[in-house]
Amino acid sequence: MRYPTKLVDKPIVSKLVKEFHLDFNILKASVTPNEEGVLVLELIGDRKNYNKAMDYLKGLNVTIQPFKHDIIRNEKKCTHCGACVVACPAEALIVETKSRKIIFDEKKCIACELCIPICPVRAMEMHY
Amino acid sequence: MSKTIDEINEKIKKGQAVIVTAEEMIDIVEQKGAAKAAQEVDVVTTGTFGPMCSSGMYLNLGHSKPRIKIGGGSCYLNDVPAYCGFAAVDIYLGCTQTPDFDPRNADYPGDFRYGGGHVIEEFVAGKDIRLVAMAYGTDCYPRKKLETLVNIKDVNEAVLFNPRNAYQNYNVAVNLSDKVIYTYMGTLRPKLGNANYCSAGQLSPLLNDPLFKTIGIGTRLFLGGGIGYVAWNGTQHNPHVKRKENGTPCVPAGTLALIGDLKQMKSGWLVGASFQGYGATLNVGVGIPIPILNEEMAKYTAVKDDAIFAPVVDYSENYPKMIPGNLGEVSYAQLKSGKITVQGKEVPSGSLSSYSKAREIAEVLKDWIVKKQFFLSEPVAPLPGPDSITTFKAMHERLGAKG
Repeated sequence: MRYPTKLVDKPIVSKLVKEFHLDFNILKASVTPNEEGVLVLELIGDRKNYNKAMDYLKGLNVTIQPFKHDIIRNEKKCTHCGACVVACPAEALIVETKSRKIIFDEKKCIACELCIPICPVRAMEMHY
Repeated sequence: MSKTIDEINEKIKKGQAVIVTAEEMIDIVEQKGAAKAAQEVDVVTTGTFGPMCSSGMYLNLGHSKPRIKIGGGSCYLNDVPAYCGFAAVDIYLGCTQTPDFDPRNADYPGDFRYGGGHVIEEFVAGKDIRLVAMAYGTDCYPRKKLETLVNIKDVNEAVLFNPRNAYQNYNVAVNLSDKVIYTYMGTLRPKLGNANYCSAGQLSPLLNDPLFKTIGIGTRLFLGGGIGYVAWNGTQHNPHVKRKENGTPCVPAGTLALIGDLKQMKSGWLVGASFQGYGATLNVGVGIPIPILNEEMAKYTAVKDDAIFAPVVDYSENYPKMIPGNLGEVSYAQLKSGKITVQGKEVPSGSLSSYSKAREIAEVLKDWIVKKQFFLSEPVAPLPGPDSITTFKAMHERLGAKG
C-alpha cells in the first residue's frame, strides 16, 4: 500500500488490527516524514473484515496493490553460463539451443528463489 | 604442404589470411576435408569463459611519502587480504581470497558474496579500491600505516598472472549421496539430482590443440579482453592421461599459466563469482589462436562436441576422499543436450562455463587478427607433452623433524 504524505503520521496499521482484527506481517516498509509512505505487508484475517479494511484504506486515499514478488535477471551481470538451468523447477530458465544463451521466461517463473544463490555472478535478483 | 607461423603473419599483414573460429572449422573440414582445409585456412580461433580459481593480479602500488614497506607486513584491498611477501609496494591478490570478517562456511552454506575475484573485476572496471596497509617500519621505510584509494590508472603495474587456467577437459560433477552438497562445481542435488560440467568443449583452446603442437610458452592470446601470453604450463598440468584417437584427453589434462597486462583488459571478461558453500572465484575469458600449419592441425581444430568425452565423478564420496574411478564418460554433445544418463538414470546437465561467451571470444580474436591488431607468436619452448616426464601427483603426507 502507498499512502500520501498527510497520512504518514497516522497510525493506519494499528487501525487494521484494532478495528478490523487483521494480523499483519511487514515485508518491507519505507515511511519517511514529508514523503509518500510505502508498506509491503501480508494481511491475515476474516474476509469480511478484510474487505471493510480495504474500504477504510481507500477512503483515506491509500493506494492498494496486490502483493507480487518478482525475480528479475540483471542482464548486465548474467554471463549465460547455465548454472541456473538445472536449479529451476519451473523450466523458466532454459538454454536457447542455437545461441547457447539462457532464456529467462518471467511468465513461467514461480519465484521460488532457487536460482538466486545458485547464480555464480548473482545476476538473479528479487524485487518487491 | 605445410606453413610456418612467419608465413601466416605475413598473410595477416597483407590482409590475405583466412581466419575462422573453431566452430566454423568443423563445417569447413567436414565439407572440404582436412587437406584442403589446411591449405585454405590459416588460423583457427578458440575461446573459453568460466570460473578459474588459480587466478590473481599483482600490483606495484607506487611509493607513498613517507615510504612504507608493505612487504613483510599486511594489506587489504576492499577488505580482502592481499599477499605482501614481496618488495615494499608489490602485492598479489588471489581471486579466492575472502575478507577476514566473512563467516565463510561457519554459516553453512556460506554466501561468499565478495572476494578477490570481485576486487579484480572492480579494479579492471576502473573503480577506486580502498587500500589499507600495516607495516613494522624501518629506517628507510618509516611509515607504519597507510589508508588510501587506489585506481588501476595510477598504479605502476597491474598484471593478471594466473597459475592455472584453461583446463583441457574437466569432470562432470554429480552427487550420489542423499543430501545436497555445495561444491566448486556448483550445488549438486542428492541422488543424481543434476550433473554440472565446465568446459567450452569444441571451442576450448587446449581441446583444439590436444597434444600441444602449437600452443607453447610465449604463445600470444586473448586474456580477459586484452592480450596475454602463456607464461608456463599451468599447475597440475597432466599430459599423461588416456586419450581418444583424436588426441583429446578422457579426463582433465593440460593446463596453462597465463600472464597479461591488466590495464588493457576489460571487466566483462573478468567477472567475480561466488559459489555457495564453496567460495569466491573469478570467471576468466581466454582465447587462443591456433595456426593451421598442416593437415594434422586442421584435423585437431575440427574436433566436435560428440567426439570429446568427460568423466562423470561423484563429488559426495569419490572426489573428497580421493577415491579413484568414475561413473562412466559422456560427450559434450550429450551434456549440451541438457540431459545425460548416469547409472541408468536420466540426469539434467548444467553448465558452469559460458559457451556463448566462449563463442564471442573466438569471434573477437578473429576480428583482432583480421584488423591486423593481433599477430601470432612462435612459442619459445613447448609445453610438456605426453612424452615428457611431467606428472600430476597426490600428496604423500609424512611426519618428522624439519630439515
